[in-house]
This record gives sequence, structure tokens and C-alpha cells, in this order.
Amino acid sequence: MSSEAQHVALSLQDHLPVLQVLIPFLAGPLIVLLGSRTLAWPVAFIASFAAFVCSGLLLSQVMNGGFISYHIGGWAPPLGIEYRVDAANALVLLLISGISTVVLPFAKPSVADEIPQRHHTLFYATFMLCLTGLLGVVITGDAFNVFVFLEISSLSTYVLVAKGASKDRRALSAAYDYLIMGTIGATFFVIGLGLLYMATGTLNMADMADRIAALGTNRTVQAGFAFIIIGMGLKAAMFPLHHWLPNAYNYAPSAVTAFLAATATKAAIYVMLRFMFSVFQPDFVLDMGATWIIGLLAVIAMFVASFIAVFQNNFKRMLAYSSIAQIGYMLLGISMFNLNGLTATMVHLFNHGITKAALFMAVGALVLRTGTTFYDRIAGMGRVMPFTGAAVVVGGLSLIGVPGTAGFISKWVLVQAAFDNGWWWMALAIMASSLLAVIYVWRIVEALYLHAPNPEAEHQEAPLMMLGPIWIMAGACVWFGFDTELTLGTARTAAEALLAGSAGMAEIPTAAMH
Amino acid sequence: MGFDTSLIAGFPTAFLFFIAAAILPLFPHGKIRGVFMLVVPIIAALMIWSIGFGNFAQIPFFGFDLELMRVDGLSRIFTLVFCLAAFLGNMYALHLRDTTQQVAALLYAGSAIGAALAGDLITLFFYWEGTAIASVFLIWARGTEGAFNTGMRYLIIQIGSGVVLIAGVALFFRETGSIAFERMTLGSLGTWLIFLSFGVKCAFPLMHNWLQDSYPAATVTGTVILSAFTTKLAVYALARGFAGTEILIYIGVVMTLFPIFFAEIENDLRRVLAYSLNNQLGFMVVGIGIGTEMALNGTASHAFAHILYKALLFMSVGAVLFRTGTSKASELGGLYRTMPLTAMFCLVGAASISAFPLFSGFVTKSLVLGETANAHYQWVWLALVFASAGVLSHSGIKIPFFMFFAHDSGMRPKESPRHMLIAMGITAFLCIYIGVFPQTLYAILPFEMDYQPYTMGHVVGQLQLLLFALLAFGMLMRTGIHPPEIRAVNLDTDWTYRKAAPSVIGLAARGIAVIWNAQIGFLNRHMNGMIARLNHSHGPEGRMAREWPTGAMVIAIAGLLAATMVVGFL
Repeated sequence: MSSEAQHVALSLQDHLPVLQVLIPFLAGPLIVLLGSRTLAWPVAFIASFAAFVCSGLLLSQVMNGGFISYHIGGWAPPLGIEYRVDAANALVLLLISGISTVVLPFAKPSVADEIPQRHHTLFYATFMLCLTGLLGVVITGDAFNVFVFLEISSLSTYVLVAKGASKDRRALSAAYDYLIMGTIGATFFVIGLGLLYMATGTLNMADMADRIAALGTNRTVQAGFAFIIIGMGLKAAMFPLHHWLPNAYNYAPSAVTAFLAATATKAAIYVMLRFMFSVFQPDFVLDMGATWIIGLLAVIAMFVASFIAVFQNNFKRMLAYSSIAQIGYMLLGISMFNLNGLTATMVHLFNHGITKAALFMAVGALVLRTGTTFYDRIAGMGRVMPFTGAAVVVGGLSLIGVPGTAGFISKWVLVQAAFDNGWWWMALAIMASSLLAVIYVWRIVEALYLHAPNPEAEHQEAPLMMLGPIWIMAGACVWFGFDTELTLGTARTAAEALLAGSAGMAEIPTAAMH
Repeated sequence: MGFDTSLIAGFPTAFLFFIAAAILPLFPHGKIRGVFMLVVPIIAALMIWSIGFGNFAQIPFFGFDLELMRVDGLSRIFTLVFCLAAFLGNMYALHLRDTTQQVAALLYAGSAIGAALAGDLITLFFYWEGTAIASVFLIWARGTEGAFNTGMRYLIIQIGSGVVLIAGVALFFRETGSIAFERMTLGSLGTWLIFLSFGVKCAFPLMHNWLQDSYPAATVTGTVILSAFTTKLAVYALARGFAGTEILIYIGVVMTLFPIFFAEIENDLRRVLAYSLNNQLGFMVVGIGIGTEMALNGTASHAFAHILYKALLFMSVGAVLFRTGTSKASELGGLYRTMPLTAMFCLVGAASISAFPLFSGFVTKSLVLGETANAHYQWVWLALVFASAGVLSHSGIKIPFFMFFAHDSGMRPKESPRHMLIAMGITAFLCIYIGVFPQTLYAILPFEMDYQPYTMGHVVGQLQLLLFALLAFGMLMRTGIHPPEIRAVNLDTDWTYRKAAPSVIGLAARGIAVIWNAQIGFLNRHMNGMIARLNHSHGPEGRMAREWPTGAMVIAIAGLLAATMVVGFL
């Protein structure tokens, strides 16, 4: 290994970690510089696809354990910035770049319909920046770098949400609320980092982990922990810090909602996991009693948000609340604090991402034909748009967790985790909240199929450009319900590494590059 | 064997049906589609027959290895008869121009075959639910509101049985660490749940109502198909998992006895058949309970023969329903004049179910009865003999008598359509063939045996039983019909099931209804109140869903941070 570290790696393969972020990062300015409306979309799509290929290649290298450490500019950590890819973040990278690659073709007709033409180039440029930020947050092994990328993704997200204003002015106030809240969250995060930096004098995560372990009980570190968890909890829409989410998702353009719902909160959950387990030690987290707080809030979210979703009369808003409930499952997995629990979090993060992408894109298709998302106005559209309607049903089944869909896999593992802890009542609670999902999914199925079609709507199936992406995601919901090698296998590897604490970061890397 | 089996060895037979169901709508209605529906079960049967014994098609699922194709003696005979039933049912339904029913029939048969070939409990569960979901469309296809409600009830019970099954499997797995579908012993909660879920599908007493509720409600062709799979799948599952479980003997005895009385007083002939189906299942369940190789052979062979003659009876009643629009005993009669072939086939079915020598029921039922006697269950044996006489009365005599003979209803319907006659003809032929050449059937039974049904003792004993039962029926008729016509018999039995039983049942029903309504009312009031309160708090305008002002959100963050710190520092 040491001889390998000596030689200067030049092959493209070795630079994958930085290319992963760099490609979309350069695509953003390129779109603006080209300034061409016709070229904006192809550039964005190619960049996104390239990022997807990168993440696929990265995942294939680490999915059986180990990690890749990439030193930016050849500066060795802890001074230099390090990109560090292991099973946990490779899976999230794959999710983010995959979703963006699938959503972009969908975005083309959807954006053309929902956003004024003069904004299109800027829209795709911002989209690329958002993608860059999310990928960067996930891939980096440097704590401060997380904050930088977090800001890149957040700022571009606010702009993307505000783009919904041409359809509904309320998008502006939603974006504003999100901006205030997101900034507070990011500030909390950076305050937490500051405290940790004060206590340890380093910003590299692995290095920080070692020094925190050496410090013993330290109030500064504990305060830093609280700030980081709350800051990231807000970004992840942890109950009761979720209030920015329903409006932001509801008023954002359809393509933006589909992309954000499937990726943004997932990246935040990942960062939370990374800090809790790799930077702070599992024992430290237990001492802090954080699992109790997170677990309690998770269970409340599972029920309260599901109940709200049950009573919604707006499809998009219903899905937003269901997202909050589903994030509850992921947080619950963390609070279980065992192998199955973390596996459930990782795998649900992925499975829920594809499920919500399918559903929110289907919403976009309905918006294209009816112009709205209210139940009474999209009534009967399942008959007029059979393929879109069927995708909603498939996605809905996965949301409930019906066997044979991706959602079942993650819930099954979560229930197993509950049994591992002997929390059989928690298993019952998971079942009970799934029943609420049955109700809210049934309500939308009823609206789509059991009413006469709305005569004012355009009676036509969505264009192929939308149906393709929708069905790729709906198909993935079914595919990953049977083939669990990729999702469950990687998630388990990731969970094992996370539970090992900083030891999980210190083992021999698969490849170290300069 | 016949052809290269390596190609098909890894391909689960059930998938053949699913693929067929998926591409079926591509064919135009009519001959091609009809032929397609007939070819699929034939290919499936050839596949199972040629593949030989063994485990094929393992797929990894979620850390488990699923066994999709376990072919052994027990699963082979059941899957073969399922293929046969699918073939006959599809032949009978050749006139249908309803894609939903055709697809449902294929999916249903495929699921049942898949379940019988399942080597592990998780695969079994998937197919178990598959049969439930596919079959309900055969009920809904009738299109009436009653059929919809019946279908809903049926679906709830069937899905419920699947849910109980998977709960049992989960517990079983925690206990033993295995999901293999092998013989189990009752004892733990897990095995009891699995047993219960099999019991629901097998229509154990007190769990049987779905059967009489749903089968008569399905379409003419749907009932024929329904009668073959679900309950026999449950019999298979019991034989596989709980052979030799003594409690099954007593459950089986009750199953053979109680439907007799209901069947005697029932007016709808399809419902009579549904009750007698229950009674026949009882014989099989007793065989499983005894659990010796011979007894299991008896169960398997009885299931085989039973699927055929029961289908034949449902076909003949269905054909009459198809032509006249009713299957009520009180409205039918004298149809032999214009439907002679249907009447003849019905009589073959009746003779088979009554176990007349030279018909299929005789050679299979005597196996079960013989084993009961061998195992020294004298009372059980006696009860089964009594039940056999009951079968003769309600299925053997009542069905053909009221439909084709009895008083003349004045109806002169046309003979059944040709494809129905062909389907009934083949089935009737098989019933007789098995009765005359029982060794053909015995050869494919799960266990090897040397058994001769046609001994002097068997034949004479059975004939005595049957003839005395006939005599009794004749005597009743004679004494009952002194001055007036046959109507007296009708009136006499009519009174019991039209007046006496309803008034007793009605009284009980009113009592139960009062309690039930009070309960529902209580629930309704409180549920409605609860839902209203939930809507008030969680609805779009409710407290929980309201948009918060930015300031309030910030305070929430601060509060949560403080709480986290306090918890952490303590």
C-alpha cells in the first residue's frame, strides 16, 4: 500500500472522488457562460450522468468494505482536505446522482410548463450547483468542507424553490422561510464545528475523532455535539423542526420537489450518522442521551405527520408530510443503535428516496395536465392517465411497505431491529403507523380512480419524457423489493463500519491517492 | 425423461401461468385465446411430470434461500390435479369473453400451483396471498352489488389468513432459525398461527362461512374454478406441515358431520355443493390427522378424485344456472327432458361423490376409511360412515333429483353449450376411469402401496350402506306423498328450513344484532368523535398542520437545542 501511495496516480479512475463533485460543479458555470437555452439541458444532463457513472464506479469499489481516501491537491490530511468514500456515503452518492439523472429528463417538459422561459438556463445552472453541494456534503471527509458544500446546496435550493413563484406567489414566502430556517440550521452546524475546533484543533473528521476520544468528558465537545445534531436535524426535517418542509415542497416546481425530496433530507441524515458514529463515538452518543431524544421525536413524527397526511386534500402536501413521517423511520433506526437499526436507516434512506422520486414526478405529470394537485381537481385522472396512475399505485404500495416493494425491505429490517432490542411495542408502533400510510395512500388512489375525471383537465397521458423517468423509479421500487444485494448489502457494510466508531474510519483504505 | 429437462428445471411452473396471464390480453377474443387458455395447463402438467423429483429454482431473497420448485410425491399429485382442474375449468369457460376472469383464472391456478411447489414458508406466503387476490376477481366478475360485498368479505378473510400465516412464519423462524416448509409439531405460538391460517383456508368448523358465502356468489364458470384450488391447497399445506397431528382427526370428523344438516335444508343447489365440499374436506383432514403413509395416500387420492367430481357437479349446476338463470331447488325440476346429457354427467358426479363402486369416490374414500379402522378410531370410523350416508342424501340424490327430476318445473331449456358438455364429458370420463382402473391413480400417489379397493368386504359394505340410504329416502318419499304429489316432501323439508330454522336462527340473529348494533353504534359514535377530533387537530386547518410563523420555528429550534444540552449534560 505504501508503495502505491508514493506514485503519482494519473489515471482517471484514481481521480473519481474529485470528479464526482467537480463535473457538476463546472457544469453550472458552463451553462451560464454558454447562455444558450438549447444547450443548458444537455450540458446538465451529461454532467449529471457522468456524476452518476462516477458514483457507480466508486460504490463498486467500496461496497464490500474499506474506503477510498483522496487528498485534494495532494495535501495530506489532517491539514489538507480529504475526500473519503466508504460504503455509507457511496450509497448516498449513488442515490443523489441517480435521482438527479432520472429527474432531469422529467424536468425538461415539466420546467417548460412551470417556469418562464427566460429563467431556464439559470434554473439548470442552479440545479447543477445544488447537485454539487449535495454530493460534496456527502463525499467530503473534512468537517468544515461539509459546511461549505451545505451552504452551496442550501443557497441553490432556496433559489430553486423560489422558481415556483411564477405559478404561485407563495413559493416566495416558502423559500424565505426555508432560507431563514436553513441558515439557522447551517449556523448551528458551524457553531458546533467551531466548538469542536476549539476543543480539538483540527477539522479533518478522522483526526477529530481520534482527538475527541482522547479528550474524555468535555463540555465544549458536548455542546458542539448538541449544536451539530440540532443543526442537521433541521436540515433533515426532524420533527418538530420540519415546518419549513411542507411549504417548500408544495410550492417548489415539480421537478425541484422530486429532486429535493429524494436527496436533500437524505444527505442531512447521512451527515448526522457520520458525525454521530464516526466523529463522536457511539459510546459518547449514548452518554449524551441523544438516542432517546431522537427516538422519541421519531415516533412522534411517525404518527403526527402521518395523521396530518391522512387529512390532507392536496397530493403534493400529503407527500411532504408523509416524507416527515418516513424520516421518522430513518431516525428511529438510528435511535435503535444496533446493526439492524443502522442498516434500516441506510436502506430506507435509499428506498424512500426512489419511492418519493417516483411519486413526486407523478405529481408533476398530474400538474402538467390539470394544473393543480388538489384531490378534487385531480379526481379520476388515473383513468385518463393510466400509466401515471399505475405509477402512483406502485409508489404508494412502496410507501406503505407492501411485500414485493422496496419500502417493505426497509421496514422489515427496522422491525427486526426493534426485536433485536426487545422493543416489541416499537414493532407494533411501526405497524400501526404503516396502517396510517395505507389510509393516506388509499385516499389518493380513491381520488385518482373512483371518481369521474375532472372535465376541466386536459384528458391526455403525460408525455413519454415524463413517463420514462416516472417508470424507471416505479420499476426501481419493485426491483429493489426483490433484489436486495445492492441496497441491503451495502447498507449492512456501511452500518458495520459506522458502529465500529472511528475504528471504522481507521482501517486500511482500499486506495489512497494524492 | 421425455425431453431435455435442464432447460426448464430452473423455471418455476407458476411463472408460466403468470407470463401467460400477462400476454393473454394480446390475443383477440375467440378461438385463439381459448386454445391458449387450454394449452397453458397442459404445458405446465408436462413440465411437472417430466422434471422428476428434486428441488429446482432456488433464488436468494433477503438472506433467505427461497425454494420455488420442490417436486416430490405429495406436491406432484396436487400440482398435476391443479393443472387438470385448470384445463377443465378453462374448457368449461370457453364461451367467456371477459379478460378479467380469464386473467384471474390463470393467475389463480398459477398461484395455487406455485404454493404447492413452494419449498419454504416465505414462498408459500407469497403464493398464498396470490390465490386470495386472484380468486376474488372471479367473484367480483359477477358484477352485482351482492357479489361485490361477498367478494370483499372473502378477500378480508383470505388476506387475513395470509397475515396470520406470515406472523406465524416470523415466530417460527425466530424459534427454529429455519423457513423450510416441512412437518411441524404444534406447540409454540408460531406453529399454532400457521396451523390456524391453514385452517381458515381449509374451512375448519367456525371458520368455514367464507366458503358457503362466496362460492355460490361467483360467476357460473368462476365457481368451478374456485372449487378446485383454495381449499385443496390448504389440504396440501396441512398434509405437508401437520401430518399426524391428532387434533385434525376430530376437526375432520366435525367437518364431515355438520355440513350435512345445513346441506339438507339448503335451497340453493350451489350452496348445497359448497356445504358438501366442506364435508368432503373433512375426510381428507381426517386422513392427514391419522398421518400414516396409507392415510396420506388416501388424502391425496381423495383430493384428486374430489376435485374432479366436485368440479363436475358444479359444472352441471352451473350449466343449469347458465340456461335457466336459477340454481334454486324449489324452482327447478324435470330438466332431464331437454338436458339429458347434462343430467347424465350430473349423475356420474353424484355417483362419484356418493362413492358408488366403479366410481372414483369409492376407490379413494375407502382408503381413508380403511386407515381409520386400522388405526382403531372406531367412533371416528362410525362417524365417517354416517357422513358418507349423508353425502349420498344431499349430494348424491338431492342435486340431480331436484334439478332434473322431481316435479316438473315446466322449464324447457336448451341442452348445455357444446364446450361445457365436452368439459363435463371429460370430467365424467375421468371419474369413471379412476373408479374402474384405480391403480392408475394409485401409481402417482406420494407413497408406494399395494391396495385393492375391490374386495368383497368393501364392495358389499358400501353397497349395503348406499342401498339402505336409498331405501330410506324412498320410504320417506312413499310415506310422505300419500294423497298429494311430491310437493309434500318439499313442504315437509321446506318447513324445517323455511320456517323452523329461520325462526330459531332469526331469534338468535335478532339477539346478536342487538348486541352487534349496540357495539357498532358505540364504536361509530366514538370513532366518529375521535376522527373528528383528529381532523380538528391534524386536518389541513388543524393545530398540527398549521404553518408556523418564522419566529415560532426559531423558538422551537432553540427549545430543542436547550433540551438536548440539558439531557446531555445531566
